[in-house]
Amino acid sequence: MTAVAPISTKPGGPTKSGAAGRSSALSYLVALPFLVFVGIFLVYPTILVLAGSFQDSSGAFTFQNLTDLTKGVYLQAFIRSVELSALTALIGAVFGALLAWAVAVGKPEGLLRRIVVAASGVLAQFGGVPLAFAFLATVGFQGFVTQFLRDNVGIDLFAGSAWLFELPGLTLVYTFFQIPLMVIVFLPALDGLRPQWREATASLGGTSWTYWRHVGGPILVPPFLGALLLLFANAFSAYATAAALVSQGSPIVPLQIRGFLTGEVVLGQENLGKALGLGMVVIVSIAMGVNVLLQRRMSKWVR
Amino acid sequence: MGSLTKRRVLRTIILLVLGFYFLLPLFAMGEFSTRGVNDTRSLDSWAQITQDPDLVDAIITSLELSITSSVLMLVILVPTMAWIRLRLPKLQRLVEFLCLLPLAIPAIVLVVGMAPLYAWVNYFFGDSALTLTFAYTVLVLPFAYRAIDAGLSAIDLKTLAEAARSLGASWLTVLLKVVVPNIRTALIGAALLSVALVLGEFTIASLLNFDTLQVQVNLLGKRNAGVSIAVSLLCLLFAFVLLFALSYVGQRRRQTVVEE
Repeated sequence: MTAVAPISTKPGGPTKSGAAGRSSALSYLVALPFLVFVGIFLVYPTILVLAGSFQDSSGAFTFQNLTDLTKGVYLQAFIRSVELSALTALIGAVFGALLAWAVAVGKPEGLLRRIVVAASGVLAQFGGVPLAFAFLATVGFQGFVTQFLRDNVGIDLFAGSAWLFELPGLTLVYTFFQIPLMVIVFLPALDGLRPQWREATASLGGTSWTYWRHVGGPILVPPFLGALLLLFANAFSAYATAAALVSQGSPIVPLQIRGFLTGEVVLGQENLGKALGLGMVVIVSIAMGVNVLLQRRMSKWVR
Repeated sequence: MGSLTKRRVLRTIILLVLGFYFLLPLFAMGEFSTRGVNDTRSLDSWAQITQDPDLVDAIITSLELSITSSVLMLVILVPTMAWIRLRLPKLQRLVEFLCLLPLAIPAIVLVVGMAPLYAWVNYFFGDSALTLTFAYTVLVLPFAYRAIDAGLSAIDLKTLAEAARSLGASWLTVLLKVVVPNIRTALIGAALLSVALVLGEFTIASLLNFDTLQVQVNLLGKRNAGVSIAVSLLCLLFAFVLLFALSYVGQRRRQTVVEE
């Protein structure tokens, strides 16, 4: 009892109520360093890109940059980027979902699951340049598989062309971070499938097929589509792996932007690089936005 | 029973096929980086890692950056996020939006806007590669935000803070002695993710012309593929060890919650 009474009349009490008036203004001060930092290093560069897309080299307003995007090499780069992203998203989603399933039916705290999840995290988020070199070591001109096939099977991987450094090669490399990303994104959805649903299907006479066709499948469709969009956005934004592999030419949009930053720019077109950036942001935002909508739908079931 | 064995067979096939698909490049990297002259094996490429002064400098720079970026991230994110839960719920949505924004803006686009900004940064802070700390702190925001947010959601922050305040603790004491120890594992998780991300970052460093680990690896690959492949393998393995350790950090938190 004696211990309780003093606490309520401690100095902390009055000062707190006294500070209440000032607190609303003062309390924003605590958030200020964060807001200032993010304002300078995230919001400002973003605005610079978005605003620059609508300016000519003298700073006057123009739609010219955006209309240029719909022509020639830039349009082609966008089409190639979308194709590459869509194709690798599809491959990644299918094989990633299978791998996630193979992991999900195992022990939840098992070693296999830990290894697969950790390795997926590495490849999906931090692969970048090392992934490009992994490929040179495997199927590059002097790669392990290239040499093995040439010496033992008599197949020359590069008989047709230097495909590793063009779109087919990029497709192959991209699956190495797309499949792992799918594992990370899709695993929670699979974990959300309750064993009781399977048991209920079985006790009503349903087979494994009935379960996937009428219960598990329909529940997994929204998260699968959401993951597909996320994978698309991921491949679309990826730069490091492609930049390390392709040093000549700019088949995809991120490499086009590299050209503008490293000085291969026609005079008077400086802001075209920003317009390319705006185009990327728009496409990524659409994919992410639809993904958020699908996730809301999913959260009704999984959890 | 029949469907159960079928399931097991299917699972084994998937694991074997995809396991082979992902382990083959790793094996090839090991093979390639240990090639000697005339079909012999040699560890020359691995030994050269420590003998190339540019590469060693770049590794040190990247390690320093991973520390400075993690620290800056924690310093600006933890007080803000805790404070917003306690006193400023109005800002919750804005802060979440800002932290997740880098997911919608590819690094290659962000660097376009950062290039002119870094002309100023280098004017004020010198042109050390450590100025990349600012850019990297932005890049790690989404990952760090999610980790810290999960940590703060798992504790009863309001009650803990009120208890500490009613005993006369200052807000700084609440932050350092109540909030931080309680979300320790989330902070370790956020820091490890940041370290892994910074060590693997290439886009911004290369286009702002700073010599970090990945930039050097890429440059080196043009004249000595063996060393680049050895370093790449090392990077992948190091990141794997970090994330593998992370999976145990998360687990320990779950266990202590159960014990309590």
